[in-house]
Amino acid sequence: MVPLDSVDLAAIWLTLKLATLTTVLLLLIGTPIGWWLARTRSKWKGPIGAVVALPLVLPPTVLGFYLLVAMGPHGFIGQLTQSLGLGTLPFTFAGLVVASVFYSLPFVVQPLQNAFEAIGERPLEVAATLRAGPVDTFFTVVLPLAKPGFVTAAILGFAHTVGEFGVVLMIGGNIPEKTRVVSVQIYDHVEAMEYAQAHWLAGGMLAFSFVVLLVLYTSRLKQGWRG
Amino acid sequence: MRNGFSRRCAALLLSLMPLAAAQAGEVQVAVAANFTAPMQAIAAEFEKDTGHKALLAFGATGKFYAQIHNGAPFEVFLAADDSTPLKLEQEAASVPGSRFTYAIGTLVLWSATPGYVDDQGAVLKKDQFKHLALANPKTAPYGVAAQAALAKLGIAEEDLKGRLVLGENITQTHQFVATGNAELGFIALSQVYRDGKVASGSAWIVPAEYHAPIRQDAVILAKGQHNPAAAALVDYLKGPKASALIRSYGYAL
Repeated sequence: MVPLDSVDLAAIWLTLKLATLTTVLLLLIGTPIGWWLARTRSKWKGPIGAVVALPLVLPPTVLGFYLLVAMGPHGFIGQLTQSLGLGTLPFTFAGLVVASVFYSLPFVVQPLQNAFEAIGERPLEVAATLRAGPVDTFFTVVLPLAKPGFVTAAILGFAHTVGEFGVVLMIGGNIPEKTRVVSVQIYDHVEAMEYAQAHWLAGGMLAFSFVVLLVLYTSRLKQGWRG
Repeated sequence: MRNGFSRRCAALLLSLMPLAAAQAGEVQVAVAANFTAPMQAIAAEFEKDTGHKALLAFGATGKFYAQIHNGAPFEVFLAADDSTPLKLEQEAASVPGSRFTYAIGTLVLWSATPGYVDDQGAVLKKDQFKHLALANPKTAPYGVAAQAALAKLGIAEEDLKGRLVLGENITQTHQFVATGNAELGFIALSQVYRDGKVASGSAWIVPAEYHAPIRQDAVILAKGQHNPAAAALVDYLKGPKASALIRSYGYAL
C-alpha cells in the first residue's frame, strides 16, 4: 500500500504547479536574453553571460540566503514590494516562483542561446532579402529552427525546478500548500525517521528525473541534435 | 630527484601519523544546532585543558540519526532531545551506559525588534504579526515545546493558519526572525542569550511549566567506544567548567 498521505500529495501538486509556472516565465524571460547573448557584439556579453550562469556554480544556500535578505523587510527587493503594497516575498508561493526563476535561469537561457547561435547569419540574411521584418523573421524563421532548443530549455527548466531544495528551504518556511515542495517533504520524512514515505517520494523523484532525461536524450539522438 | 623528494615526504608523513594519533587525540562530535554556540566555547576550553581536539558538526538531530545509521564517523552525539539517544542505545548503536542529560533547553519567544515582544507573550494574542516562526515540530523538540506553549496560551493553530512558518531546525528558525522576515518566533534561549541577558531585540522567556522539559541527551556512539578522547570529552561535559559555560548560555542543568 502506498503510504503517502494528503500532505504528500499536496506537496507533489505544489511542486508541479511551481515548476510549470517557473518554466513558462523562464521561456518568456529567457528567449530575449538568449537571443541577445547569441547575437550581440557588446562588451556586456561576457558579464551578462556570467551573471546568468552564476546559479550553475553557486551553492543554493548562497542564493537562498541572499534572496532571504534581499526580499526581507530590510532588503531592496523587500522595500520595493512593500512600497508597491505587495508585502514581502519570503514564505509565499510568489516568492518561490521568483527564486526558482533565478535558480533555473541558466538551464533555460543556455540551450536557447546555443540554438540561436547554431542558426547562424545566413537564414536571417535570406529572410531579410525576402523583405521579412525582424519580428516576422523571429517568428517564422528563428522559432521553428530553434525548436529543439526550446524543447530542451523547457524540459531542463522544469526538471531543475522540481529538483530545487536548498533555495526553497532557505526562503520557503515549509508552509503546507504554499511552500512545502516535494524535496522539502522528503527531507522532513527523513528527519522524522518516516523512511517508508521518504522512499516513496524519493523513488518517485528518481523515476521522474530518469524519464525526463531519457526523453531528452532519446529525442536528441533521433533528430541528430541541432540545437 | 622529484621522485626521491616525494618519497621522502611520504615517509615523513607516515612517521608522523601514529605520533599525532597517540598524543593529541581527536574526537568527531555531532552537535544539535541549538547547542552550537556553547559547544564551540566548550570545545575551545576542552582543547586547552586536555590537548584533545573536538571536531564539531552541527545540524538537525533526525538527520544525524540517519547518518549515524549509515556509517557516519561520529563518536559522540549531543542530541536536541532525549528520545533519539535512547533509540540509538536500544539499537546498540551507542555505548551502553554512556547516555546522560547534558543540558535542559529553555524556550524563548523572540523578536529582532526591541520592544516588540512583551514579558507575558501577550503579543501572540494581538493580530499584528504576519509571520510567527517555529522549528518544525515534526523534527525539532523546540518546535514541540513551542506548540505546547501556544496551546497553554489558548491559541489555536487554526488561528495562525498561513502565518506559521517552520524552520527545518532551530538555527534556521532564528535566521527567519533575525532577518526580519518573521516578526517573531520561538527559538532556543541559547541563541540570543549572552552573559546573563538577552543580547538583542525583545524576548519573553517561556515559563518551564508551559511545556515538557526539553531534555538534551548525549551518548558515546559505537565508533567512539575505544577512543580515549571521546570518553574525555564526555567527562569534560559533566565537569564544573562546562556546566558553568552551559548555564551561561541560558540552559538549565
